Amino acid sequence: MGILLAVQGAVSQGVLWGIMALGVYMTYRVLNIADLTVDGSFALGGSICAAMMTLGMNPWLSLLVAIAAGALSGAVTGFLHTKCEIPAILAGILTQIGLYSVNLRIMGRSNTPLLKLDTMFKQLMAATGLSSAWVSLITGAVFCAVLIGALYWFFGTEIGSAIRATGNNENMVRSLGMNTNVTKMLGLMLGNALIALSGALVSQSQGYADVKMGTGAIVIGLASIIIGEVLFGRKLAFGTKLFSIVVGSVIYRIIVAVVLQLGLNTDDLKLLTAILVAVALSIPVMLEKRRQTASYKASLNGNHKEEQEGGHAGN
Amino acid sequence: MLEISHVSKTFNKGTVNEKKALDDLNLKLKEEDFVTVIGGNGAGKSTMLNMVAGVYPIDAGTIRIDSTDVSLMPEYKRARLLGRVFQDPMMGTAADMEIQENLAMAYRRGKNRGLSWGITKKEKETYHEALKRLGLGLEDRMSSKVGLLSGGQRQALTLLMATLQRPKLLLLDEHTAALDPRTAKKVLELTREIVEEQKLTALMVTHNMKDAIQIGNRLIMMHEGRIIYDVSGEEKQKLQVSDLLEKFEEASGEEFSNDRMLLS
Repeated sequence: MGILLAVQGAVSQGVLWGIMALGVYMTYRVLNIADLTVDGSFALGGSICAAMMTLGMNPWLSLLVAIAAGALSGAVTGFLHTKCEIPAILAGILTQIGLYSVNLRIMGRSNTPLLKLDTMFKQLMAATGLSSAWVSLITGAVFCAVLIGALYWFFGTEIGSAIRATGNNENMVRSLGMNTNVTKMLGLMLGNALIALSGALVSQSQGYADVKMGTGAIVIGLASIIIGEVLFGRKLAFGTKLFSIVVGSVIYRIIVAVVLQLGLNTDDLKLLTAILVAVALSIPVMLEKRRQTASYKASLNGNHKEEQEGGHAGN
Repeated sequence: MLEISHVSKTFNKGTVNEKKALDDLNLKLKEEDFVTVIGGNGAGKSTMLNMVAGVYPIDAGTIRIDSTDVSLMPEYKRARLLGRVFQDPMMGTAADMEIQENLAMAYRRGKNRGLSWGITKKEKETYHEALKRLGLGLEDRMSSKVGLLSGGQRQALTLLMATLQRPKLLLLDEHTAALDPRTAKKVLELTREIVEEQKLTALMVTHNMKDAIQIGNRLIMMHEGRIIYDVSGEEKQKLQVSDLLEKFEEASGEEFSNDRMLLS
């Protein structure tokens, strides 16, 4: 029974964090930029949402403020990367580090509890009479569905297409008359806006915002993307791909819930996540190398028939 | 049409790798000129095209396209005026996007991109017709990813993309050099057809002297960042590869030592 409850909680967490994974996908896969702003912008979303609510702002409006702040943090990374020509990884790290102080300033302390405040989840619980896990789950699922629909539409538009093409071939995009600094900036803003929204939703759902709540978010985002790719494959239509990421995020949370139930110390969780991502990233490389060697060996030792088979395996 | 006057460019200024790529270069193209550009390695042929396209800033001089001074205009803004095909077939297309999506982006060169749908139904019919003329069967694979195409197919597609919106000036930077002889011939033939049909002004860098003589109405030879030989009209028609070699030696005072150009 304990494990079932844990899994239900994990699923609802997975959906809320899935929005963060969608944001990571925008930069990591669509723009082909490793943006490390994530850890900072996730906590920024949580911090600013909590601070706004503490000031008495409506929890739904606070989400909008979080989205705007996230987009702004993406714009800072974008400015450092495109205008100042700082390598993307470093630009992201700089913003992320800076945001740590910014987040402390925003909240005035390292942790802001929301227990006494009326979060959107409490409002929905009161309105529907459902348990908190169900409300988080349904809210998260609705947010994900709407966002996936909106992203699907956006990346089909002229600007969206140009952003996708930038991740493919910057040279081409410039030669076709689109400023790649603009497309990169838009991608980074969009990604970090999603990430901050996720941070705001998570802080409302868990009932507090913490300046360290974003630590390791980038790795969790990558884990979600990769789990999704392992399950659904990499050659998917865009909409399905986005869906697979949210599923990946949910499965990541279930894995975490299960290993915690099995007695893993929460302190070891980050290490486990890092290993999970490293293994998932390296398996395809290892498999490809083995296949290559095997097909070469087959062609060396084997008779004609084996050679053909080796050739096919190589294809 | 195109006017390059006193343009100079030095790469890695002030270092041991300093390289004068363009040295007080002057060139004027008339409307509908189809100019082939030849020269040894490091002569400045590609640099000239890149300067016109705005890939790097020029050190001195002015470049005008259709009487617009573009000397300081960023690459993406000049793109409005230019169609470009590169030596590397990977350079001109987005591999993870569909053939029709690539065409749709090229169709919007020089236009403002907004939030309307990236490709319309009506466009698709236009692209279908345009692809058909390539004779590569791509019109039946419009939703295939470009990454699945061969180098020659990608290059033909890039050529189509560069001319989908009629460019003021078409820049071809050794666009057949990376292709096998048969495909190269086909892409070259296609280039000639499109340029004639749309009455384009074009600059084509090539390593193949025969092509340089046969195609276009004017030929220029570059050496050490300058134009050392410029011939057009009837005189060009009568040129032989041996004449070009002689001209090169005469103008540069050096033996012609580029196997790639001699053998091709």
